[in-house]
Amino acid sequence: MAHEAAHDHHDDHHHAPQGFFQRWVMSTNHKDIGTLYLIFSLTMFFIGGSFAMVIRAELFKPGLQLVQPYFFNEMTTMHALVMIFGAIMPAFVGLGNWMIPMMIGAPDMALPRMNNLSFWILPFAFLLMLSTLFLPGGGPAGGWTMYPPLSLQSGSLAYVVFAIHLMGISSIMGAINIIATILNMRAPGMDLLKMPVFVWSWLITAFLLIAVMPVLAGAVTMLLTDKYFGTSFFNPHGGGDPVLYQHVFWFFGHPEVYIMILPAFGIVSEVIPTFARKPIFGYRAMVYAIACIAFLSFIVWAHHMFAVGLPLGADIFFMYATMLIAVPTGVKVFNWVATMWGGSMTFETPMLFAIAFVILFTIGGFSGLMLALVPADFQYHDTYFVVAHFHYVLVTGAAFAIMAATYYWLPKWTGHMYNEFWGKVHFWCSVVFVNVLFFPQHFLGLAGMPRRIPDYNVAFANFNMISSIGGFLFGASQLIFLGVIVHCAFFSKKKATDRVWEGARGLEWTLSSPPPHHSFTVPPVVHDEELAHGHVND
Amino acid sequence: MAGIRRAIAASTAIVLALCAGLAQADPHPWQLNMQRGVTTWSGEPYFLNNLALGVCVVIGVLVFGAMFIAMFRFRKSRGAVAEKWSHNTTVEIIWTTIPVIILVVLAWMSTGGLVSFANTTGSQMTVKVTGYQWKWRYDYVDYLGKPVSKVGYMSKLDALSDKTRQLDSGMDPYAVKTGDENTYLLNVDKPLVLPIHTKIRFVITSDDVIHSWWVPSFGWKIDAIPGIVNTAWTNINVAGTYRGQCAELCGQDHGFMPIVVKAVSQEDFAKWLAAQEQANAPAAPAAAASAAAPATAQAAAPAAPAAGGHG
Repeated sequence: MAHEAAHDHHDDHHHAPQGFFQRWVMSTNHKDIGTLYLIFSLTMFFIGGSFAMVIRAELFKPGLQLVQPYFFNEMTTMHALVMIFGAIMPAFVGLGNWMIPMMIGAPDMALPRMNNLSFWILPFAFLLMLSTLFLPGGGPAGGWTMYPPLSLQSGSLAYVVFAIHLMGISSIMGAINIIATILNMRAPGMDLLKMPVFVWSWLITAFLLIAVMPVLAGAVTMLLTDKYFGTSFFNPHGGGDPVLYQHVFWFFGHPEVYIMILPAFGIVSEVIPTFARKPIFGYRAMVYAIACIAFLSFIVWAHHMFAVGLPLGADIFFMYATMLIAVPTGVKVFNWVATMWGGSMTFETPMLFAIAFVILFTIGGFSGLMLALVPADFQYHDTYFVVAHFHYVLVTGAAFAIMAATYYWLPKWTGHMYNEFWGKVHFWCSVVFVNVLFFPQHFLGLAGMPRRIPDYNVAFANFNMISSIGGFLFGASQLIFLGVIVHCAFFSKKKATDRVWEGARGLEWTLSSPPPHHSFTVPPVVHDEELAHGHVND
Repeated sequence: MAGIRRAIAASTAIVLALCAGLAQADPHPWQLNMQRGVTTWSGEPYFLNNLALGVCVVIGVLVFGAMFIAMFRFRKSRGAVAEKWSHNTTVEIIWTTIPVIILVVLAWMSTGGLVSFANTTGSQMTVKVTGYQWKWRYDYVDYLGKPVSKVGYMSKLDALSDKTRQLDSGMDPYAVKTGDENTYLLNVDKPLVLPIHTKIRFVITSDDVIHSWWVPSFGWKIDAIPGIVNTAWTNINVAGTYRGQCAELCGQDHGFMPIVVKAVSQEDFAKWLAAQEQANAPAAPAAAASAAAPATAQAAAPAAPAAGGHG
């Protein structure tokens, strides 16, 4: 009986349950739930992308041709909320769900039922949020940051706040699960400083999530009570302070943007050593740099608020702290380059996306450094320069890393190889058009075009048209991505080997492709030379 | 085709303007960089922008150059064999230290600009700016140490832009012009009139939601927040018309509340201000006669015949 209890006796079979409903809706299996997360995030990626297409179509030329300004604002707001909370974050959770137990030699996540709950909350949260677009009064239109007093004018505030509460609960449960898994379920010999960088990046990200999601929940709850229960946290007519909301929001918001990039760092740190056939350079420095960036993320929030009229001392503190982030981030970029140096490189699709990530994310980092300089930020703030900056770090950063991860692990997940030719077509289309899309936005911002406007002076027309063309083509390119995934999952005839990639290192590659229902039923023996970063004794 | 022709004409104009060293109105088509601005302070963001961009370009060339060399030299198809090393303390110290030094220099330079911006003392004039959904209000508070009496007005999008910008208006944004300049969505019914060579303090607030007052030629923007009064200053060097926009999302017509500043000489400004004070002095027509004595006492300059005859 004791032996029986030690196993998860509700699900102790080693094959997937047969019924569709039982397998996907009642699943407690980390791989199935990971798949659900990834499908959900891909769906949201296309929904959020279609909102972006509306935005770019309206901005194609001066004058309003397609939508009313209020609907345009709904589109910018929903695009951000869907992409951040629906596409990027669930994609990372899905990747973590799939890969973390396999990378640390565990059979499953530590808390499988909570895993199921944390996923199944999400579709309801997004149904609730997206339904506002079809309700009288329309969806939220005050920006994803929901600054009061503007957001208090919205009739759909209660829906959005409740949806955010649900997403927050889901994220917190996901984070608890990941921490519990990593700290408790590692195979013997998988010391903390032997874990793959991806696992490290998720461990740190999970702590960030637990620290800041409640802060967001608090901020939006205060919005709710200000609107419906007569409080005046942020309402100046009752003595409240609208700027207080921005401080609370960005105390969440800045760690949030690192929640969306740290797992990307982890992915790229797995992909580059594999295709360079050389251990990651400076493993410990990479781990410490992630921890350092995570710490700094808590003390830089007001750099989003340099235009609200902060005291001089606050401006200076937040400027210096923000600039400091360039140091650990620079270390990471240099280490990726040093990993490639002296390697034996091949350029399969995951490697192409990882290399594009390093270059284009660094460009986003450069504009980030420029934005940190407060006097210059007085010009850049709330212009298209900022839009260009965060799309370089979130699209060519986070989204490209997710694409790299998909191509990298898809053969392991499905047991079949994807089509390399179409993967490369997807890459080259994406990398060209994403630059056509976002690079001209730097110029628009510098010339003085504010963000979140549905129409503009004719001086901004040329670069907007170029940007829109890039946007349509980038959007269309993602249909190739969908095609490659569907082909690989259902139609590919080419079997994947267990190791998949010649240079792949780590426990996940010792399992079959596709892996067994319960990843490791007996703890694997960890050989140091089999890990992606080789010996880390020095 | 008209668009392409316009684009060619515009880029030719830019090249000519650059060759001739002429200042041209901003924003202009194909504009690539931030403008220098026209005030005593606006060079600060411009200089920092160019410096930081230069630093980034140099680092980018070095890092991406190293990457491309690595991608060329260490490819398996060229017979490269992977080396085993994964650590080098010396280079790690070097590439941690050098960025720190660069950042210290940048931080030092930005701090200077920030401190000078924060100093609103010694101003010769105060203007109160209030944001509304979706227009601005300007109130002249004092000028050269004397309070200004009842000079204040709303400033909103000009009628032609407003008509053109309606969905399916069928009107051409390229036809919205003031002189030779296209002013679609960048023109107002009544601009803010300011004197040049005068340190002007702005006190900025809002009546409803958060707005942001931004004239790129001044080099800064600052939020207009209900319940809070922000301050900023400028000292304009060159007379001219400068255009900007609200920079903080403030609702459906956020994109349609531009800012226009008309900077004039101090003499012209004194005349204009006096005319405004004169015109606005009588609180009501019936009370005009009885109120004439105190009202004229405040108005220093002779009366001007027409009220609001600008813009």
